[in-house]
Amino acid sequence: MSTTTKAPNTTSAPTPLGRAAAGTADYLDQRTGLGVAVKTFARKIFPDHWSFLLGEIALFSFVTILISGVFLTMFFVPSMAETHYSGPWDSLNGVEMSEAFSSTLRLSFEVRGGLLMRQIHHWAALIFMASIVTHMMRVFFTGAFRKPRELNWVVGFTLLILGLLAGFSGYSLPDDVLSGNGLRITDGVIKAVPIIGSYASYFVFGGEFPGQDLIPRLFTVHVLLVPALILALIGLHLLFVVLHKHTQYPGSGRKDTNVVGFPLFPIYVAKAGGYFFTVFGVIALMAATMSINPVWNYGPYDPSPVSAGAQPDWYMLFLEGSLRLMPGGAEFVTWGGYTVSLNVIIPAMIVPGILFTLLAIYPFVEAAVTGDKREHHVLDRPRNRPFRTAFGVSLLVAFFILVLAGSNDLIATHFHLSINDITWAFRVLLFVGPWLAFVITKRICLGLQRKDRELVLHGHETGRIVRFASGEYIEVHKPLDAHERWLRVQHDNIRPLEIEPAEDARGVRRKGYQLDRMRQRISQVFYEDRVEPVTPAELAASHSHGEHDAIESHAAEPAQVGGGHHLVEPEGETTADGRNSPA
Amino acid sequence: MSTHDNSHELEARDGHAVLDRFEDPGHPEHHPRLGDLDPKANKKAERQVLFLFGISVLGTIGFVVAYFALPPGEDAESMRASNFALGAALAFALLGIGTGAIHWAKALMNDHEKSEERHLQASDAETREAAVQALKDGADDSGISRRGALKGAVVTAVALFPLTIALPLVGNIGEDWNVGKLKHTLWKKGTKLARDPSGRPIKASDVTIGSVFHVIPETLEDAEHPLDEKAKAVVLLVRLDPRDIKSEQGEGWSYDGIVAFSKICTHVGCPVALYEQQTHHLLCPCHQSTFDVSDGARVVFGPAKRPLPQLPITVDDEGYLIAQSDFHEPVGPSFWEREK
Repeated sequence: MSTTTKAPNTTSAPTPLGRAAAGTADYLDQRTGLGVAVKTFARKIFPDHWSFLLGEIALFSFVTILISGVFLTMFFVPSMAETHYSGPWDSLNGVEMSEAFSSTLRLSFEVRGGLLMRQIHHWAALIFMASIVTHMMRVFFTGAFRKPRELNWVVGFTLLILGLLAGFSGYSLPDDVLSGNGLRITDGVIKAVPIIGSYASYFVFGGEFPGQDLIPRLFTVHVLLVPALILALIGLHLLFVVLHKHTQYPGSGRKDTNVVGFPLFPIYVAKAGGYFFTVFGVIALMAATMSINPVWNYGPYDPSPVSAGAQPDWYMLFLEGSLRLMPGGAEFVTWGGYTVSLNVIIPAMIVPGILFTLLAIYPFVEAAVTGDKREHHVLDRPRNRPFRTAFGVSLLVAFFILVLAGSNDLIATHFHLSINDITWAFRVLLFVGPWLAFVITKRICLGLQRKDRELVLHGHETGRIVRFASGEYIEVHKPLDAHERWLRVQHDNIRPLEIEPAEDARGVRRKGYQLDRMRQRISQVFYEDRVEPVTPAELAASHSHGEHDAIESHAAEPAQVGGGHHLVEPEGETTADGRNSPA
Repeated sequence: MSTHDNSHELEARDGHAVLDRFEDPGHPEHHPRLGDLDPKANKKAERQVLFLFGISVLGTIGFVVAYFALPPGEDAESMRASNFALGAALAFALLGIGTGAIHWAKALMNDHEKSEERHLQASDAETREAAVQALKDGADDSGISRRGALKGAVVTAVALFPLTIALPLVGNIGEDWNVGKLKHTLWKKGTKLARDPSGRPIKASDVTIGSVFHVIPETLEDAEHPLDEKAKAVVLLVRLDPRDIKSEQGEGWSYDGIVAFSKICTHVGCPVALYEQQTHHLLCPCHQSTFDVSDGARVVFGPAKRPLPQLPITVDDEGYLIAQSDFHEPVGPSFWEREK
């Protein structure tokens, strides 16, 4: 294990640098007891898998956002005060605009490296959201949210929401015409809130839209409130990771009681440290070569103009799509003359509300219907949880249909289709698509599980054809080695909940039966359709009545071979033969 | 291929203790890398890492050079060049370190997997008991269970105190809270219709059939908060062949085929700016609500429910287009009390 840093006299022939390091370590340890932390964490084991990098991308793109963001605050002026532009960008010279927009132009054209930092900041934000979403998909589909990590799922979910808020508040800061229209849509949505809508709008904008207060307020939200919350929650998120130790993918030697991988120091110090530079580097390359949000082409905010084909950043598209799909007829006036804009409330609040709520509570629902109170540290292969995987895919499909609907005008112009037809198609797809995705995904999962069973029971095809004296041809199958097989049989065999009968032995109705019955019904929805993993008995049986018998006995009784279509190559797999049937 | 771990199958065959699960075969064997076996390959990997870190140093030097040699100048070209040079150099500086460190870890550092025990998250029974006891002791020391009035008092005080921060915050944050302003715009009887953004008044004779004008009230510039007023008052003006007009929102609200509608979408407030001459349809580019200008701006498609409010117009003595009055209903997106 590690040597603690507080032992300067154990080093043989210390170099001056070594002596200085040891001296510093000794100084710190005497004042902080640092040695304990180093001893505990330096050689902590983390498992390795590419999909664990998705969360790292989120973390590192956030650090990139902080670095570039600090740079931007040095030059950006968060003010809606009126000014007239004068600077190198000719087409806007003399145009009336806010200080915010004008300082964004100065940042882009006159501050050396300013445009690069702006583009790094914006690209990093898009990647931050994308990596959060894909990281969440990884956690969802592998069941990493199960006990003891349910709370960390909620922390991560909150980070997703905060990420949306951070992105939205930052996007609006330059006060260009595109983001201004985005704010106007926000204002429309806020006003649709029943009873308090107009007051809520005044609350946000400091009076009527657009007012004078919004940009400074958004600035505070964007550079202070939200980042502070995100930082705190990232700290909590990572603290949980250390506390729980990282999950690992199934494989031989990997159990719920251990963690297999490489030590933090030096492997992950080098790998994760290097990965930070790689993520930052890729974002820098994107910022160098791909223009993003060229606000000088849009112009300053003005309530009158708007451009066709305008799109928000990708993570807001689903809301935009949701708004676009809703038919207007849903708005109505109540008895008493109050207006209820269901045509806005449903797509902008209820639809995302449903999507996000399902996402947030899923771990708790699954735990309840599975009736499982154990800790899980070995991940699921998505195929082994057909309901969960299918449910996740159908949520994603709903999300992506809304994203596409948010670009229906671009689809219309690129493919020369009628925008009305596209909108109608998406309206139908929003209901049919997730359902279809659910059914198909579940079938694919069950199919893959059957394939696993087939492989375990019969082995790999070898392409080697053997002809018996009787004239029968048989392909030799090579059995899986113990490690290959373990991967395909290690998972829990989860069956629907079994409950006590409704009446006890004396025919008295049992209290709580109705609740149990409901849990059982939901549990059946989750686990009724299933393919169970191969058991040793099944494997032995398959060997004895089919393949092994075939190769052992064919010389004596060639006529009885008929049942076995596979021939298992016995080499290296079992020491005993398979002649005895299992008990 | 292992032969040592099939005891369970043997058991199964012998007919006792049939397990319904396979057993974990244990950690797979470690496969050495090329560099572990061949010192030459090892040395080569080391040189590769050196090379990658070298690229990083060159990238940083390149960045400094680009900073001084390629300042963004007066045109878009120089700006693009500066951005590309700085960004590419920065990317090299970063990716050199990143790939170098990762390659070092993967190719040269010890790659033997290690296993560490996990322990249940829950604390053991003894610790729990001690924790509960600690809380009990604390509660006893405080005497809170014996002094009910104190409990109520502290909860009340702490629950009330945030009011001192919330009241001035909420009180001020909406400015005057006069939401009635949402129902009025700058348009008044006699306000001239002017072009956006120049502010020049429009003569009826300037408007040819099929043409579209983006309109603001002539008085906009003198308003106290021009942007707030503009956000409500913008109007789209179209001249149709009078025979094409199927309906209007009010008798005599148009002038000789010239109709004026609020430009603020009744859905969520985007400016409705795309006019299709052939069909007389106005399309909102944000969410594709479509309004038929020839039919009182009726909604023909999309998420909006209500027609765009019509501005009653006429001409003054000099032939300039003027408003007959303000809009007869609030413009823009719906809100709870809009009809009150």
